[in-house]
Amino acid sequence: MKYLYALMILGSFVAAPAALASPASDALLAKYKAEGVSKIDAAKAKADWTKETKGEDGEMMSCSTCHGTDFSKAGKHHKTHKVIEPMSPKVNAERFTDEKKIEKWFKRNCKDAWGRECTTQEKADFLTFLLAQ
Amino acid sequence: MKFKSLALLSGLLWMSGAALAEESLVTAIVTPLRQKEVVPVDNKQYKDECGSCHFAYQPGLLPAKSWEKLLNADALSKHFGDNAELDKDTLQVIHDYAIANAADKSYHKRSRKIAIATENVEAPLRITEVRYIKRKHHEIPDKMIKGNKDVKSLSYCDACHTQAAKGVFDADTVKIPNYPDWED
Repeated sequence: MKYLYALMILGSFVAAPAALASPASDALLAKYKAEGVSKIDAAKAKADWTKETKGEDGEMMSCSTCHGTDFSKAGKHHKTHKVIEPMSPKVNAERFTDEKKIEKWFKRNCKDAWGRECTTQEKADFLTFLLAQ
Repeated sequence: MKFKSLALLSGLLWMSGAALAEESLVTAIVTPLRQKEVVPVDNKQYKDECGSCHFAYQPGLLPAKSWEKLLNADALSKHFGDNAELDKDTLQVIHDYAIANAADKSYHKRSRKIAIATENVEAPLRITEVRYIKRKHHEIPDKMIKGNKDVKSLSYCDACHTQAAKGVFDADTVKIPNYPDWED
């Protein structure tokens, strides 16, 4: 399993077919693995992206409420309407390059959209899925 | 009027190099042009953290007692319906910066007015609840704010106040989207 993972990382650098990994995203994914994530499911992340949960004020919320579903386009904060830069690292070079920032927004946004923190598994799935966009 | 804004701008430019922490009475007096508006945000962390979701409202727009209510871990976890949690160190920086530069610690004219308007009332959580701010916007019809698709609420300072990020809220600098002919 360890070899497979190493190979995958190596592969992503050599071929870089889809995912745009950064040292920060690599470090985070390695951390998630160390915390027990064994199999990453990007397809589940894709489905979860638009999964709606009712917020405290009755508003239906999902990741896509603010970020949209076209990752190459900017999103919009649901309340303040502030522009949120695109999630795709191909379009937005700054995306997923700061470990602390990634964790900060996972924490806040999972709570906002789903009313709870995301599990390590969910974070690993989301991060992998988004890196490939 | 032109001259006044020019003078104000040059005054602001002149001061922009100086450290703008909590101002002393002396600096406020010897730099009279600065007294007019609100101290612009000069703390990068404050600007980045607050500004990532909304206009980074200058601390001088609310009194310290309001910032105390807003900027603690519990309050930030339900910040106007959103989770805006910060790690402990960042929160400390932002809290301290807001308190040190709050309306009631500033000699700037607009901050002074806000400080006076909030002196004997319960600390407002919203800048739009401050009596002085309400009065200043009182005459603007609803259709230009709430009914205006490019404004929507009084909370979006910079939708009309073109110099809001510099702490300038003067009527001369106001441009209401979709209402080019509006005059104060």
